[in-house]
Amino acid sequence: MSAKTLYDKLWDSHVVRQEDDGTALIYIDRQLLHEVTSPQAFEGLRLANRKPWRIDANLATPDHNVPTTAYHSVEDIVDPISRIQVKTLDANAKEFGITEFGIGDIRQGIVHVVGPEEGITLPGTTLVCGDSHTATHGALGALAHGVGTSEVEHVLATQCLIQKKMKNMLVKVNGQLQPGVGPKDVVLAIIGKIGTAGGNGHAIEFGGQVFQDMSIEGRMTVCNMAIEAGARVGLVAVDQKTIDYVEGRPFAPKGNQWQAAVEAWQDLKSDEDAHFDKVVELEGSAIEPQVSWGTSPEMVVSVNDCVPDPAQEADAVKADGIRRALSYMGLKAGMLISDIPVDYIFIGSCTNSRIEDLRQAAEVLKGQKVASSVEQALIVPGSGLVKQQAEAEGLDKIFVEAGFEWRNPGCSMCLAMNADRLPSGKHCASTSNRNFEGRQGAGGRTHLVSPQMAAAAAVAGHFIDVRQLISTNQ
Amino acid sequence: MEKFTKLTAIVAPMDRANVDTDAIIPKQFLKSIQRTGFGVNLFDEWRYEDVGEPGKDNSVRPLRKDFVLNQPRYQGAKILLARENFGCGSSREHAPWALKDYGFDVIIAPSFADIFFNNSFKNGILPIVLDADLVSSLFNEVFANPGYQLTVDLASHQMIKPSGETLDFEVDAFRRHCLLNGLDDIGLTLQHQSDIETFEATHKAKNPWLFATE
Ligand code: SF4
Repeated sequence: MSAKTLYDKLWDSHVVRQEDDGTALIYIDRQLLHEVTSPQAFEGLRLANRKPWRIDANLATPDHNVPTTAYHSVEDIVDPISRIQVKTLDANAKEFGITEFGIGDIRQGIVHVVGPEEGITLPGTTLVCGDSHTATHGALGALAHGVGTSEVEHVLATQCLIQKKMKNMLVKVNGQLQPGVGPKDVVLAIIGKIGTAGGNGHAIEFGGQVFQDMSIEGRMTVCNMAIEAGARVGLVAVDQKTIDYVEGRPFAPKGNQWQAAVEAWQDLKSDEDAHFDKVVELEGSAIEPQVSWGTSPEMVVSVNDCVPDPAQEADAVKADGIRRALSYMGLKAGMLISDIPVDYIFIGSCTNSRIEDLRQAAEVLKGQKVASSVEQALIVPGSGLVKQQAEAEGLDKIFVEAGFEWRNPGCSMCLAMNADRLPSGKHCASTSNRNFEGRQGAGGRTHLVSPQMAAAAAVAGHFIDVRQLISTNQ
Repeated sequence: MEKFTKLTAIVAPMDRANVDTDAIIPKQFLKSIQRTGFGVNLFDEWRYEDVGEPGKDNSVRPLRKDFVLNQPRYQGAKILLARENFGCGSSREHAPWALKDYGFDVIIAPSFADIFFNNSFKNGILPIVLDADLVSSLFNEVFANPGYQLTVDLASHQMIKPSGETLDFEVDAFRRHCLLNGLDDIGLTLQHQSDIETFEATHKAKNPWLFATE
């Protein structure tokens, strides 16, 4: 038998039918549903008089539209269109018998935080969600695809997805990270290197010492942004950390089944001599804290660098892209990143709203104050359970004392479908994953950073190397 | 699904790389629970002077005159010519819904983001990948000739320029078959119901923890 990558193994163990033209029907173990990309899928089922193939494979939770200020029920959503969308999810879950963590349930939160937290995401499974950040779940050695609404409906109706196998890509980060540099910096540096189309058509496996040393939540941050490098799938091999993370979670296997599962998961790593179609290597110790300056995640540099100059870009389409981005972002070519003032801070999103992210932000914010020039600083935990945990650790007090608003779980200002919006022209240090024009609010200017760097920017009122702040603190 | 066979139409040039699905249809419009009606808000932030909201009367909103789709010469365009990595970002199928609802049936680009590419086929839109140099020369021809039209013939996988010159393009055989015949994926997959059931039984025996115990 020839050597296989982790992706090959996950793929092979889920092929229902292989067609001659390369398309295959692959079996899907889990589907997560949220209010934005599911209503038309349920409607499609109803119109065709179809039933879900396997009800127990699905889990629903509203996240994109939910308010993050105090609320008790769906009726508290002020925007009538948002309210209808959330209510539609409730009604569909009820009609089709699908488990839902609705508004008011402590387990409600961002789908990509909830899945792993509940043990719904398991190593060796295939998982889909009508959301491109589904790659997050690959951190646990699951083959997780973001899909469109037609595919949501297809998986509901058939428990399968029509797919062509992707190519294999290995992104290896060797050595060790410097203190103050975290998973978000690693993934931003990778995207900066390979570009937003660098992983198109590939499943990316993240390997090397840095990922071996990284926590599971850190791996989620990295896999989450595989899509920003163009890859639908991001993966990390299963190790003891993965198994420890999964053990005891509500939907994880128990008793004898747990033993059998752990045994089955031992092989969830690429064989030593497996072939990758593309390999990229980075040196961990060379990665500095990252800040995006433009309107695409690949427009990213180290905090100690300058904003690039389009005049020095040889490629005309790229130079034009830089010019457009600088004009949208209101930045000058050649200015220092640390001279960019920040008006808003957003710590949250499926990239960075887990307990470790909040702990890292709290470490920087302890005993500090948000700069007076900052107009609003938000911290939005990824789920009700993350919120509860943070409060048990007293992190909420650190945030509130520093001048942050401590909110309820949801997607919030990551995409501003609810009331949390970045006003036009304002700069935001954001731990989310996309800095597209208007992403956080029409005309808003997003800078992608790690939770530590967002916290440091909040204190300084501009971008600053978090390592500098930590050293003056001590 | 609607069939796609052959089309002759005006080409509109979207001359920027990495056009993302947030730009194609901004998030405030994703609150709709319908599949239709997104066309008037296609490229909303680039197309209108003011900020669009669901429920606003779009017919009275001020247009950005310099935006390509607002220019008289591109009215009625059904073919969109684009640059690298078109449709990147969010997986929202509202993006192809909006493009289709506006009237686009074909998108030509040097590359597409994977999820968008996939979603397009499922909504009767043909995304054509063409060599970057060929795309650049098409941009030049479109800019130079008002009313520039292309004929796209899926059966023969060819494009025909106004000069009569033809350009071949490749399409995956399965997707071509589905588009030409307007086939619904779910119906096709359910023809393999017994294969799925057989697989599921074996899979369950190997991984019982993935199945609820009734
Ligand atoms: S947090 Fe942002 S990126 Fe993540 S699922 Fe929500 S909207 Fe999408």
